[in-house]
Amino acid sequence: MASRSSRLMLPLGLAAGAALLAGLYVGLVRAPADAMQGEVQRIMYLHVPTVLVAYLAFFVVLVGSVAYLLTRRERWDILAHASAEIGVLFTVLTIAAGAIWGKPTWGAWWTWDARLTTTAILLLIYIGYLMLRAAVEDQARGARYAAVVGILGFLDIPIIHKSVEWWRTLHQPSSLARGALDPVFYPPLALNLMAFALLYAFLLAQRVELGNLEAEVLRRRLEE
Amino acid sequence: MKPRHLKFLAGGLVVAGALGYLIFGGLQETLVYFVTPTELREQGDSAVGRALRVGGMVEPGSIQWDPRTLQLNFRLSDGVAAVAVQHRGVPPDLFAEGRGAVVEGTVTAKGVFQASQILAKHSEEYRPPREGEGKAALRERFKSLLKEQPGS
Repeated sequence: MASRSSRLMLPLGLAAGAALLAGLYVGLVRAPADAMQGEVQRIMYLHVPTVLVAYLAFFVVLVGSVAYLLTRRERWDILAHASAEIGVLFTVLTIAAGAIWGKPTWGAWWTWDARLTTTAILLLIYIGYLMLRAAVEDQARGARYAAVVGILGFLDIPIIHKSVEWWRTLHQPSSLARGALDPVFYPPLALNLMAFALLYAFLLAQRVELGNLEAEVLRRRLEE
Repeated sequence: MKPRHLKFLAGGLVVAGALGYLIFGGLQETLVYFVTPTELREQGDSAVGRALRVGGMVEPGSIQWDPRTLQLNFRLSDGVAAVAVQHRGVPPDLFAEGRGAVVEGTVTAKGVFQASQILAKHSEEYRPPREGEGKAALRERFKSLLKEQPGS
């Protein structure tokens, strides 16, 4: 079991690394700069893929949580837990890249508009999810509580997505949803999205294997 | 229905209700990130002295900028009403006439908006520069100049 996933791990890691390097090159060198913003717009190739991958990660938490509550199989809980950790990482990257982008364009690192506030709430929900897991002694009970948070927490993502339409914000509406992105930017964005998706898959595979080992250690301790 | 299920159902309803209220009730009121110049005019004297954000377009031809004192004056408009804004400091790069801006500050008794911060609000449109356009085009031309140098 472990050897099979380890064999997959190296090619996945290499593919992610190669795609990230290619994405950096295409995003920083090959792609044109934006007419209005100039070079700083290239942060898009980090900001947009990381947030979309964070959404994907929390969707996997949702799926794992629902499946765990239905089947009570440990593997679903391990998957949800692993994906939540990586989702938090990608959310932090999104917010950091957004701040670096916001300072030169908007004139502020941060502002409490609806898009930024609901994204901060997303980060807090899943940090809470991880803290809850760490706080509850009983493994099965912690997994059950976390699954509920993992399901309800996902509700924030459609709110984030719609925030720029429901409320007045400083953050502009979605360029992708409105077709306001010149097609010349599609290939570099798609490449970087693929690169970060591969990185997510690699990290997830690593973290799930670690979770399996953790569960195995716990089982053996209980048997002693 | 088992009491345990009832407990979860009740908990779920409370959470869903709280989220629904946040989205469609509470947040709708408090998450008004900025008011428009028209709304500011409607508030009249009650707006004076309160911390506010006002959003609109920078009226073309209205920017007065003194680089020595860093004094920046302009008018923010929504097409119906306009408000005079005064600020001391350097505005962000994307701040320009005919573009969106959000200002933070207070309205003085004279009806002038004293801004402590200027935020540029840009659109969701992204496109490469056209032939001979903007700083980016200048840089592209600079790059091509470098390439044409002999021996490089």
